[in-house]
Amino acid sequence: MMAPLFSSKLLIVLLFGTLFGLILGVLPGLGPTTGGALILPFTMTLDPLSAIVLLTSIYCAGTYGGAITAVLINTPGTPAAAATCLDGYPLAQKGEAGRALGMATVSSTVGGIFSVIVLVFFAPVLAKLAYEFGQPEYFALAIFGLTMLASIGEGSPIKNLIAGAFGILISTIGKDFMTSIDRFTYGINELSVGIGFIPVVVGLFAISEMLTQSTLLDQVFKRVALKAVKLPSLDDYKKTWKTILRSSGIGSFIGVLPAEGGTVASLIGYSEAKRFSKEPEEFGKGSIEGIAGAEAANNAATGGAMVPTLALGIPGSATTAVILTGLIIHGVRPGPDLFREQPDFLYGIFGAMLIANVLFFIFGFFGAKLFARITLVPNKILWPMIFAVSVCGTYSLSQSIIDVWIMLFFGVLGFFMRRFGFSVVPVIIGLILGELVEGTLRQSLVIFDGNWLMFLTRPIALTFFILSLIALAFPLLRTKKQKN
Amino acid sequence: MNNVQNKKRANKSLPFFFKDEFKVFFVIIFFSTILLISTFTFDKVPPILNRGIQPATFPKGLLVLIMFLTTIIYYLSFKNPWKKEKKLPKPFFLTILSFILFVVISKTLDFFLAISVLSIFVSYNWGERRVFYLLLVGIIFPLVVFIFFEMILGLRFPPGIITNLYYY
Repeated sequence: MMAPLFSSKLLIVLLFGTLFGLILGVLPGLGPTTGGALILPFTMTLDPLSAIVLLTSIYCAGTYGGAITAVLINTPGTPAAAATCLDGYPLAQKGEAGRALGMATVSSTVGGIFSVIVLVFFAPVLAKLAYEFGQPEYFALAIFGLTMLASIGEGSPIKNLIAGAFGILISTIGKDFMTSIDRFTYGINELSVGIGFIPVVVGLFAISEMLTQSTLLDQVFKRVALKAVKLPSLDDYKKTWKTILRSSGIGSFIGVLPAEGGTVASLIGYSEAKRFSKEPEEFGKGSIEGIAGAEAANNAATGGAMVPTLALGIPGSATTAVILTGLIIHGVRPGPDLFREQPDFLYGIFGAMLIANVLFFIFGFFGAKLFARITLVPNKILWPMIFAVSVCGTYSLSQSIIDVWIMLFFGVLGFFMRRFGFSVVPVIIGLILGELVEGTLRQSLVIFDGNWLMFLTRPIALTFFILSLIALAFPLLRTKKQKN
Repeated sequence: MNNVQNKKRANKSLPFFFKDEFKVFFVIIFFSTILLISTFTFDKVPPILNRGIQPATFPKGLLVLIMFLTTIIYYLSFKNPWKKEKKLPKPFFLTILSFILFVVISKTLDFFLAISVLSIFVSYNWGERRVFYLLLVGIIFPLVVFIFFEMILGLRFPPGIITNLYYY
């Protein structure tokens, strides 16, 4: 499994990706999704395996990096670390920042490695199942993915659905891929090829975050002092091993579902840790179990989210949508054929994720103090620099200035979407699934001779539709239960 | 909790067209309607070449879905009003202004000049007054980025008054 990784070039890429991912994770507002999108143009100089190894190592390390800021300055470096703040910061305030970060590091590593094992065993099984899928099944699967995203994602499910539909709508801009008829191009030649993924991602994540930061300039962070990261004590292990394993399972499962991966996983992991705890009253006051539950779950979601990405070509999270774009740019077509034709490539990715989890353990353990200092870089210097890289990175993919303007447009749009409670993640997933949704729908209708009811005659498709309905009904039931 | 209730109350007392819920509803419905109308101008495929549905049908369906869901969230907001958002501060509008400046300068003068102007403008308006740091974000860093993209990625940037000095 590790054989393809035993080259100095790949190890350097892995090392760089892990370090870069940690830095991105530590900086509030950035994260593996934005970082992956920014670095995507640079991967063009690399071979496909190195490119994907770079992106996956950023994903793994970036997800963990958010915990450092969550514990030390009570601000999650990434949304996935939001639940870590709840107990990480109170524990740090009690003068136990090292213990809190030690637990976060250990549980993140265990969660990450657990999820890679799930990935290794589960992805080929899912890929084999996918051989049974025809166009109607893929259509139903994509719809299921979008409804799951709306249902268990952050915020209002209806707003998430609107955002997802908007993402699919963006994918229809340009020449229709089946008939070459222009749609929404309004005579602008550059729009005929459609709207690229990178300008939208960089705009919705990096530029909209820059605008958000412009509204938070008076915010003052109180940083807790950190002497050194400590390995958890034997007592801590005794107290948390069940929580870590449970959260690793939860995280891997949530990761497989197309949703906001780590963010949802960590919240569920945290609440389940509280439910099973012997000391639930300690949660929110610096519970070591709370940190373990949240961190194991969010890192476990990384491997889980890679399962549908590699096996079906359907991203499990926003960052895996970036990785999927990286695969497509490098001419690698995810899906069942990838498992049959390029096993070495896949094992390279699995191995890289495994090593990245070990590397961020080492870096986190010995370098958390140093990484925490990165948060001292003032926003007034950091964000103009990020803007320069965003602009050049976006321009570089197709050397089009229109792409840069599209990026700015989506930056402003993303800011207002977030301000009014619309998540931007469904837009990204909708954009990447758009062609699949429309293409499979149209091809299915050709197969069915235009009869929509024929979808119901396909058992797998019907199952996905029923699951979609359940996913849509779930938030309603949840609200009703909360009211009762 | 009280704060949220106060905010909700404050939002409830406003005339409906000043409320965020209505503004969001109006903007989405307005643009969706324009886009929906424009789908009627798409070319049609002759029946013999048509595969499944016409190219305009799918976007039409999406737009109708978006409008329908938007109406639902507006309707639901009568029962549960949204909390009133804080007013946007001055640096936000200055940052938006810097984007406009960026577009104008990159189109008329130079791509890298536009990056430099934006970086210095944003950094200054976000509170940076030290000349070295303004030069760092406005000149040194964009220069490093330019060299990196140009030399390592072999990228050619659009011509302009400064970029031409390097290329010619």
